[in-house]
Amino acid sequence: MENRTDDKNTILCRCEDLTREAILDCIRAGFCTIDEIKRVTRAGMGPCQGRTCRLLIAQELSSYYHIPMEEVLMPTFRPPTRPVSMGVLADAWKEGQSGAAENGGKGGTA
Amino acid sequence: MKREYEVIIIGGGIIGCATAFELAKRGITDILLIEKRYLTSGATGRCGAGIRQQWGSELNARLALESTHIFEHLEEYTGYGHSCGLHQGGYLLVAYTQKEWDQFQENLKVQHRLGIDSRALTPQEAKQIVPYLNTDGVYGATFCQKDGHADPFHCTQAYAQGAARMGVEFLTYTEVTGLQIQNGQIAGVETTKGPFSARIVLNCANVHAPELARMAGEEIPVTSERHQALVTEPVAPLIDCMVMAFSRSFYVQQTPHGSFVMGIGPREEPSFSFRSTWQFLEQNCAVMCEALPVLRKLNVVRQWAGQYDLSPDRNPIIDEAKQARGFYSICGFSGHGFMVGPRIAILMANHLAGKDDTMDIRMFSKKRYETGKLLLEPAVV
Ligand SMILES: Cc1cc2nc3c(=O)[nH]c(=O)nc-3n(C[C@H](O)[C@H](O)[C@H](O)COP(=O)(O)OP(=O)(O)OC[C@H]3O[C@@H](n4cnc5c(N)ncnc54)[C@H](O)[C@@H]3O)c2cc1C
Repeated sequence: MENRTDDKNTILCRCEDLTREAILDCIRAGFCTIDEIKRVTRAGMGPCQGRTCRLLIAQELSSYYHIPMEEVLMPTFRPPTRPVSMGVLADAWKEGQSGAAENGGKGGTA
Repeated sequence: MKREYEVIIIGGGIIGCATAFELAKRGITDILLIEKRYLTSGATGRCGAGIRQQWGSELNARLALESTHIFEHLEEYTGYGHSCGLHQGGYLLVAYTQKEWDQFQENLKVQHRLGIDSRALTPQEAKQIVPYLNTDGVYGATFCQKDGHADPFHCTQAYAQGAARMGVEFLTYTEVTGLQIQNGQIAGVETTKGPFSARIVLNCANVHAPELARMAGEEIPVTSERHQALVTEPVAPLIDCMVMAFSRSFYVQQTPHGSFVMGIGPREEPSFSFRSTWQFLEQNCAVMCEALPVLRKLNVVRQWAGQYDLSPDRNPIIDEAKQARGFYSICGFSGHGFMVGPRIAILMANHLAGKDDTMDIRMFSKKRYETGKLLLEPAVV
């Protein structure tokens, strides 16, 4: 099957503006897992957290190293999966704390 | 495959890679570095990579100061073709209690003796540096412009590639599973890719260093403590420096990329957990938004956890195994191993190459827990 992302300048990671060529350079330099590529290029570290590029990078690794997709290591998916504002989270903590205080619970260490 | 080396280094974090580089620079190039996963896959790749010279003990202030001098030109020092991302936006240390404020005055004396350019600030002066700082409850702050942070991946790669150019070999995705010891002397290691022999083995496995040391008959009093961190979406520049407080146990900085990286340090039971928790997420946001209300509107995009290799006095241990001479453990960095890594690597390399050093490596021995000559540090998160 023809690879859909065969153009050098195709953007693989939209959040961090990384081209397919940039990712391929990285693979050719010897980086061989999604985690490693993420750490040197920031691919998958933007607002969408790799929802688009993870699979595309996995495809590149799979075809370069001739290994099945399932074997290309998937990085851990970390919460929160949808961006939440710090203010909302801060208020949630305070609410939880005042609830806990009423129950005689102990607060944080801060 | 070559099976005999002069030196084997276990662990591809900042400590292992920097030590490989410094040894090679001193002519010891017949080295194999063995890493379980990939370079920076341990604490080095999970850390805040903050670099500060504003310490309270002369030892840490010196280690950080001399390491900073290397971070300032690490690219040329190692011949690395990419920026190592050092940004010296300064550290603002905020005191929220009188006791802490008094301690800061003592710390400044130590720093000034070493020529570190730090200074005391009133809450109003602190606000000039960080206009978004909520000064309620602030007694004062200290600031050092030369503090900052660097990119831990590129710093480690810089050392590793520099070492590789001088002949050091790297074996990744390989785990050290055992040690070979003959007549009280280390002889080599067993790995998932077979045995390798060497008369010197450096245990730079961070939180896993005690397990390896135990195979050499040594108990290293280092435990693993989970520390979580989070990052927000990138926004326009708001704060140039790191903001940190010991009594409220937080640190926060905006990266050159625009995102904010932060963490709080509640004490936890020892564990090897990499799990992220909702409790951390919410409590962290509450503490941070109190100190810097401007953060309220930022979205959190990712959260992760790493481990601190805690020693009893929260300072590094460099120790040679008594029942396996030539086997050295270099660990116990207690959450500040990145910023002192360059200097520790030099100390270790000088020792092995038989070169003089202005620091005495023996003070890092774990004997100090018996003699009581602890390396005490009043300024840690
Ligand atoms: C959340 C967090 C924030 C931090 N912030 C800062 C900061 O701002 N400034 C600072 O200076 N420090 C900070 N630190 C501390 C810093 O990350 C560490 O002190 C430093 O990275 C330690 O480097 P290392 O090379 O000793 O360990 P690591 O980077 O952990 O390297 C050890 C390596 O050994 C490998 N290994 C383990 N066992 C084996 C085995 N049996 N065989 C082969 N390989 C093995 C591991 O895979 C790992 O890659 C932070 C740490 C955390 C967790």
